[in-house]
Amino acid sequence: MLRLQKLSKTYKTGDQALTAIDLDVPKGQVLALIGPSGAGKSTMIRCINRLVEPTGGAVLLDEVDLTGLGPGRLRKARREMGMIFQEYALVERLTVMENVLSGRLGYVGFWRSFLRRYPQSDVDAAFRLLDRVGLLHMADKRADELSGGQRQRVGICRALIQQPKLLLVDEPTASLDPKTSRQIMRLITELCQERGLAAIINIHDVALAQMFVPRVVGLRLGEIVYDGLPTGLTPDKLTEIYGEEDWEATIEKVEDEEIEAAE
Amino acid sequence: MSHRELDDMLGKGWRKPAFVRNPLLRWGLGLGFVAYLIAAVLTIEVDWGRVYEGLDRGWAFILAFTSPDFLSRWSDIWSGLLESIVMTVAASVVGIAISIPIGLGAARNIAPLPVYVICRGIVAISRALQEIIVAILLVAIFGFGPLAGFLTLSFATIGFLSKLLAEDIEAMDKAQAEAIRASGARWMQWINYGVQPQVMPRLVGLSMYRIDINFRESAILGLVGAGGIGATLNTAFDRYEYDTAAAILILIIGIVMALEYLSGIIRARVQ
Amino acid sequence: MPVLERAGMQIWRRRTGRDSLIRWFGWLIGVAVFVYCWQIISASTTWFFVWDAPRIANDIWTRATPPRWEYITQLGRPIWDTLNIATLGTLIALCLAVPVAFLAARNTTPSALFIRPVALLIIVSTRSINSLIWALLLIAIIGPGVFAGVIAIAIRSIGFCAKLLYEAIEEIDSGQVEAITATGASRWQVMAYGIVPQVLPAFAGIAVFRWDINIRESTVLGLVGAGGIGLQLSASLNVLAWPQVSLILIVILVAVLISELVSAKVRGAII
Repeated sequence: MLRLQKLSKTYKTGDQALTAIDLDVPKGQVLALIGPSGAGKSTMIRCINRLVEPTGGAVLLDEVDLTGLGPGRLRKARREMGMIFQEYALVERLTVMENVLSGRLGYVGFWRSFLRRYPQSDVDAAFRLLDRVGLLHMADKRADELSGGQRQRVGICRALIQQPKLLLVDEPTASLDPKTSRQIMRLITELCQERGLAAIINIHDVALAQMFVPRVVGLRLGEIVYDGLPTGLTPDKLTEIYGEEDWEATIEKVEDEEIEAAE
Repeated sequence: MSHRELDDMLGKGWRKPAFVRNPLLRWGLGLGFVAYLIAAVLTIEVDWGRVYEGLDRGWAFILAFTSPDFLSRWSDIWSGLLESIVMTVAASVVGIAISIPIGLGAARNIAPLPVYVICRGIVAISRALQEIIVAILLVAIFGFGPLAGFLTLSFATIGFLSKLLAEDIEAMDKAQAEAIRASGARWMQWINYGVQPQVMPRLVGLSMYRIDINFRESAILGLVGAGGIGATLNTAFDRYEYDTAAAILILIIGIVMALEYLSGIIRARVQ
Repeated sequence: MPVLERAGMQIWRRRTGRDSLIRWFGWLIGVAVFVYCWQIISASTTWFFVWDAPRIANDIWTRATPPRWEYITQLGRPIWDTLNIATLGTLIALCLAVPVAFLAARNTTPSALFIRPVALLIIVSTRSINSLIWALLLIAIIGPGVFAGVIAIAIRSIGFCAKLLYEAIEEIDSGQVEAITATGASRWQVMAYGIVPQVLPAFAGIAVFRWDINIRESTVLGLVGAGGIGLQLSASLNVLAWPQVSLILIVILVAVLISELVSAKVRGAII
């Protein structure tokens, strides 16, 4: 469904963030993207929905190349891809409900969105999603009154209300404590399963990735150096991705039921 | 907010909660404001015929900016400008020098109460009286000329700088000041080592900003006879010599821009 | 750290010899400039009047007290005009300042090469020139009256408001803007959802802050004929009606205090 062909990005400063990435993501598959800071994880995710303009290669979403689209077509394409951010990136001075509904901006006209007159179907969808993540009673609270975990749930709702085919998830747990991190990862993988969504989850916590996803892609210096099952991440492989370190303690014995849950 | 069930909410519309929750107050405020606006606009008497005639002159003035006349009244412009700069420099030096002790006195955490009250009083008077009104009074007392302008600007500088300096001192880090006091320093040493290093960068920045303001203000003091470029500018307007007026305005804008640029550099170096 | 070797002993100095020489020289130049400025001021001052000043000040004081309280009945309309000049001027300025600020902010300007410099030029030229000068200019163009005052205040405030607002726009969190862009929102929707909510508190603060300043400035616009209570002040000064002058000054002081109180209250409520 999503295919990256020789995707590359060189910043104006001359830093080469991505060198000819080739990647296939079939429909409904959740994959984790791991790698050290500066490996190009964030850049890769942002090149897919062109928050960062790629400098070469192609991004094919259902056989349509996104890299060549004009502004109008690009907006339509962005509706198909929900994005979840590391620092939640909620509009802090708007209410929870407005933040969720902002996921529909690509579908409604300017004045409708400006006057907050969304179609009833959108409002219902927002209520359902908020109920699903357990925040329905917070609908009229301002986003900056929420805790980190709650904000990330709102961020998830905003991405899902777009009715996307694909989720782009950028370090969803980096600002959260370990317990909330697991809850958020579980929520994302569950929701993807319910809706048959594909997702690319950018994550630096290898153990967390192994716990929840069936496929792991390792990135180093803008190149894919590992692509396979989470169980295949041996100390050698991790050394190849991250560099020399004692990896034995990091690799957890992933329990069977959690693999099933993630699949 | 009580917990609501999903089924109750589905199918119901959603409105953004209003900024002012009480609907009566909300509508009252809105209507009151609109009513005020209508009353205000209606009571302004505009002679549209006069405005229409004026458009030509306005256009002539804008055109004058493309061909400003620096030369025909250059000696007037030069003496006015020099007087403005001289007043600015002298008033800034004196004003800053006086505002430092007053600023120290107006900071509650380092000054005893009687000193604090007196200094705050001086600051309040200086801030409440506008430059131009002070200038009128001082011209009446000291006669026409730059001395009145110099005194006006010095007085205004004291109100501005002392207040901001005092606020800065009140907001400073107590631990650093305490550490110096703990070493057995005298009051002056304490100010010099514990307080001064903390507020110095901001004091320099504010002083630069005030020099900038003083120059801009010095341009209007001439209107009431307190010296500076304002008198020349006023004459130019009275005679409808727009090209000379444009030249003066360009000079003022240029000097203000240069001062801002300079203060940017100095502030960056101090911090 | 500069340490001198002298007679086998190490002596610590705060600065090296060259540093302290430069500093000493800087101070010398500063003092020389100040003395020169003072001489120019002194040369154009009639010192006879200055020595006579205490007597004149005393004379004015006895004439001005008590204020002519019954004159206040004639001040109702001028006070209303003053309020309108400040409020309408601020509103017009805000309407114009918002687009200028968005064009001037690095992260929202459509073209950093062509449009941004124009916006910055508008900002610097409108804010370098005092509202009294704008009033003078407008009176020459569209004739005296309240309308000229409103426009003068409006023009002077554009640059001020736009500068503060564009600095606020440049400081917004780009993550929120990115998130709204990623949903497929159009340019205007990104503006309405990603940028406007972030700068709204700053905008409200700036509006009230400038309104407070404009009340002060509009009280004196009448001195050059642009309406408001300053007209009465200027008329009373011309006929040396000191008891009326003192009453007007009291009224202005009270107005300034009230506006400062209101603006402090509103800003406290918003932020």
